[in-house]
Amino acid sequence: MSTTTSARSDVPARLPTLSRRRKVKDGMAAGLIGLAFLFALIPLVWVLWTVISRGLPVVLNIDWWTQSQRLVGPLDEGGGALHAIIGTLVQAFFASIIAIPLGILGGILLVEYPENKLIKPLSFMTDVLTGIPSIVSALFIYAAFVTAFGWNRMGFLVSLALVLLMIPVIVRGTEEMLRIVPNELREASYALGVPRWKTVLRIVIPTAMTGIITSIMLGLARIMGETAPLLILVGYTSSINWNPFQGEQAALPLMINVERTNPLPPAQDRTWGAAFTLILIVMLLSLGARLLGRFAGVKK
Amino acid sequence: MSKRIEAQNINVFYSKFHAVEDITMTIEPNSVTAFIGPSGCGKTTFIRSLNRMIETIPGGRVEGKILMNGQDINATDVDPVSVRRDVGMVFQRPNPFPTMTIFENVVAGLKLNGERKKSVLKDAAEQALQASNLWKEVKDRLDRPGAGLSGGQQQRLCIARAIAVKPDVVLMDEPCSALDPISTLAVEDLIMELKNEYTVVIVTHNMQQASRVSDTTGFFNLSAIGQPGKLIEMGPTEKIFSNPDESATEDYISGRFG
Repeated sequence: MSTTTSARSDVPARLPTLSRRRKVKDGMAAGLIGLAFLFALIPLVWVLWTVISRGLPVVLNIDWWTQSQRLVGPLDEGGGALHAIIGTLVQAFFASIIAIPLGILGGILLVEYPENKLIKPLSFMTDVLTGIPSIVSALFIYAAFVTAFGWNRMGFLVSLALVLLMIPVIVRGTEEMLRIVPNELREASYALGVPRWKTVLRIVIPTAMTGIITSIMLGLARIMGETAPLLILVGYTSSINWNPFQGEQAALPLMINVERTNPLPPAQDRTWGAAFTLILIVMLLSLGARLLGRFAGVKK
Repeated sequence: MSKRIEAQNINVFYSKFHAVEDITMTIEPNSVTAFIGPSGCGKTTFIRSLNRMIETIPGGRVEGKILMNGQDINATDVDPVSVRRDVGMVFQRPNPFPTMTIFENVVAGLKLNGERKKSVLKDAAEQALQASNLWKEVKDRLDRPGAGLSGGQQQRLCIARAIAVKPDVVLMDEPCSALDPISTLAVEDLIMELKNEYTVVIVTHNMQQASRVSDTTGFFNLSAIGQPGKLIEMGPTEKIFSNPDESATEDYISGRFG
């Protein structure tokens, strides 16, 4: 007798269906997850909708991108946000050129040089920095430069405060990204007679590039909306000032804060316009970084 | 140029763990030497001591002399990086550089060590890919990502990468364990060709493979878990597989343990 036929006769005529109990459980779990998702979506959509519906009409005017608020009175319509956009970009730029190299080097040290004695203090300090509120970092810069050295308040001091906020994001981001680079790639490179520093520079970092760029973007997005350092370390002006080392300098969060206190419709429009512009700039930078990462990173 | 390797009283430690104990052997040039033995017996650790890869692991330490054509690569004034330029290595899992094309992968060693001339790189790439029997398959897509090849092709790409820098010795750590039988055959054919120019040392779990490709076989074993691995017996492959001196070797190759 063939064994297959005998085995087949053991199989029940119908396979068991999903039991009622499990059906109910499955439905309930799916329902709850869907509900949680909707709840999470509400504030997101709400914020986006408010900012877009009120801000978009304002920024569609070409003047918004080409003019400052200079000589625009509190009752007037018109003028633009160029002074604040310039201020935000200049301050973010100076913060970036200090924080990005330091942050990436810190991340590299943590992962690629585990025998280094600086690892423990570096890791600890990074954790401490992560937890520092922006206003404390701003007060520190104020105490160190304005009080102690007698410097004037200026845009560059804002950049310095932002550096403190940006560094831990980039260190941790870079660290995570370097850790997921397979060790086999490092070994392959060593086995070719490539020294460690070159392996890090030419093999490990390019492999992790996309992730490192993402962490830089996270850092940038974090600092561009910071308001406390602006309030403490620089004065607002409605004129364009390219120079972060002298005088007052506007920034988008400051502009939002200033226009907010004016209840008249033109100022309210400008508040939302500035908010929308800030979101737009961060978004455009992320998109730009994504494109950059596509060229730099792992080949697909 | 193929080199003779003489290991004298090699002990390897990972921090306090004694991984390999007192290994002395001679590996002949222009031959394939295979190491077999159960997992954890120190085969991989031992071949990694032959190109000073042990010290890239924190806590890793090698004691003893390893002479390559008479020169001790473990001497204190020897640059480990230059040792690795002469002793290439192929790893268990294919590990092409994911950011590089096929061409860039093959010449990575040359380029990272400072060779810039396009013509030199091109010739070296073709030569290495010919030697690793991959040229016909990839010659029309050298600018495609190396990670896009099949597993077997990737492994041959890694072999090409290792021999493109013209080493004296090629170490292979279970080079076929992640490959299908067809790719394994391709790599085995390649191993037998490589010995014409290089000293080839291969670690394998596959005893048929050892008997097919190698001239000399070394059997490693450990007395118990947590104990260091030792070289039990080494000799011509036919002898090890037909008439070994040690009973442990016979037990292992006849499948009684391991």
